[in-house]
Amino acid sequence: MTAAAPARFDFHRPAAVAEAVRLLAEHPEAVPVAGGTDLMVAVNYRLTRPEAMLDLTGLDELRDWTDEGDTVRIGSGVPYARITAELAAVLPGLAAAARTVGSPQIRSRGTIGGNLATASPAGDAHPPLLATGASVEIASTEGVRHVPIGEFYLGPKRSALRPGELITAVTVPKAAGPQQFLKVGTRNAMVIAVCSFALALDPETRRLGTGIGSAGPVPLTAPDAEAVELPWSDPGRFDDALADEFGRRVAAAARPIDDVRGTADYRRHALAVCAARALRRVWTAAHERNPR
Amino acid sequence: MKVTMRVDGADVAAEIDRPGESLLATLRDRLGRTGSKNACEQGECGSCTVLLDGAPVCSCLVATAQCEGRDVKTVVGAVPRPVRDAFVQCGAVQCGFCTPGLLVSVADLLGRNGDPSDLDIREALAGNLCRCTGYEKIIDAVHTAAAGLAGEPR
Ligand SMILES: Cc1cc2nc3c(=O)[nH]c(=O)nc-3n(C[C@H](O)[C@H](O)[C@H](O)COP(=O)(O)OP(=O)(O)OC[C@H]3O[C@@H](n4cnc5c(N)ncnc54)[C@H](O)[C@@H]3O)c2cc1C
Ligand code: FES
Ligand code: FES
Repeated sequence: MTAAAPARFDFHRPAAVAEAVRLLAEHPEAVPVAGGTDLMVAVNYRLTRPEAMLDLTGLDELRDWTDEGDTVRIGSGVPYARITAELAAVLPGLAAAARTVGSPQIRSRGTIGGNLATASPAGDAHPPLLATGASVEIASTEGVRHVPIGEFYLGPKRSALRPGELITAVTVPKAAGPQQFLKVGTRNAMVIAVCSFALALDPETRRLGTGIGSAGPVPLTAPDAEAVELPWSDPGRFDDALADEFGRRVAAAARPIDDVRGTADYRRHALAVCAARALRRVWTAAHERNPR
Repeated sequence: MKVTMRVDGADVAAEIDRPGESLLATLRDRLGRTGSKNACEQGECGSCTVLLDGAPVCSCLVATAQCEGRDVKTVVGAVPRPVRDAFVQCGAVQCGFCTPGLLVSVADLLGRNGDPSDLDIREALAGNLCRCTGYEKIIDAVHTAAAGLAGEPR
């Protein structure tokens, strides 16, 4: 028997985004891979068998974040470990969410771009991105477009990302006040959220931003809850009844289903509790920081 | 397709035959380096943990072809002797299946934090499952290893 000829297949290793989108246009069958923490599970379990792959880990352009003044532009290839370690002061909500993802092994490899591209309703980056009004930067051979985060999620694991496009970055407004991220699961690590909630308070503009995870076909916001009347002129009047009303409005915005991780009823209940708790925390933090 | 990388300090080349072959499969089945264990292939158990350019990762979730020119350290090359000795001394090894991955995670932790608290240890080892020990002896071993490394001239 003669030795088998080496198998031929394509594994593209672009060194620049321009080259990556050109390769993707020429080889539409090539599946992008970043940290591999979603894709490789599917490959190992034979749920997908890519004939060709396109490695994003060699693209230095995607692997850094930059301070843009009022916002931070995070390259899609920045892993959770770096978001937690480097961005907690300016993006506390996103950093808190990043810290809850998987385990150290998953956080050193998994990227924010991969979380967005997978677009799981349970993905932990989504609620803080919604609460802060982030924007997704997408590149193709046609050029670059920016999609507001609220228009990015189209359905379970479906997003505005089109064939031939790569997510290059996400631009997140810097925190203007206290932020919270709460996630419900069976333990403190390695859990896909049963439900999750992110809250951002801007004391300057007196605005609340919300993000709900794992309680609907897509990550959601709660506009009714954001409109709750807060006692800005007399902060001491903030009470549990107000926090509970906020929690009820968040729960009402959710569209949960029963599944293996929890029932719809439990998710609504847990969201109301998390949202009330988050509002109490941001309100207290805002008024500790700016004593009257 | 040929991939060349550094594994435990040695330059190695592996011939792979599909783009999605995992680093774990290449290490074990092509390179005969069976230190890294395969228990789940979905990133849940940590028994396949290696350092990739110094960062702890599940080798089952890394495509080998992503490792061209990269530095991989398995339990063989990543773990200082006092860490290994502490696991044996403290009874932190029973069946041993989780041990190689745990040793790599502990080496990574102690490289960053020479005197971790119980909480630091629990967070750092959250991605390594052990079915036997109940974890208490593993935590003892990490403290013992930290003391051993601190006493050791480096
Ligand atoms: C054990 C384990 C625990 C986990 N825990 C959590 C958790 O707690 N919370 C959570 O949210 N997620 C969790 N995940 C899921 C996963 O880690 C995240 O979704 C992660 O962000 C995926 O990023 P990645 O870089 O690894 O993506 P990959 O696996 O590399 O890619 C995922 C998908 O996105 C595409 N893609 C990647 N990058 C881009 C890009 N820049 N442009 C276009 N397409 C792209 C790929 O083609 C692929 O289809 C977990 C996974 C595992 C294995
Ligand atoms: S085999 Fe890789 S994490 Fe279990
Ligand atoms: S010693 Fe058996 S799994 Fe840990």
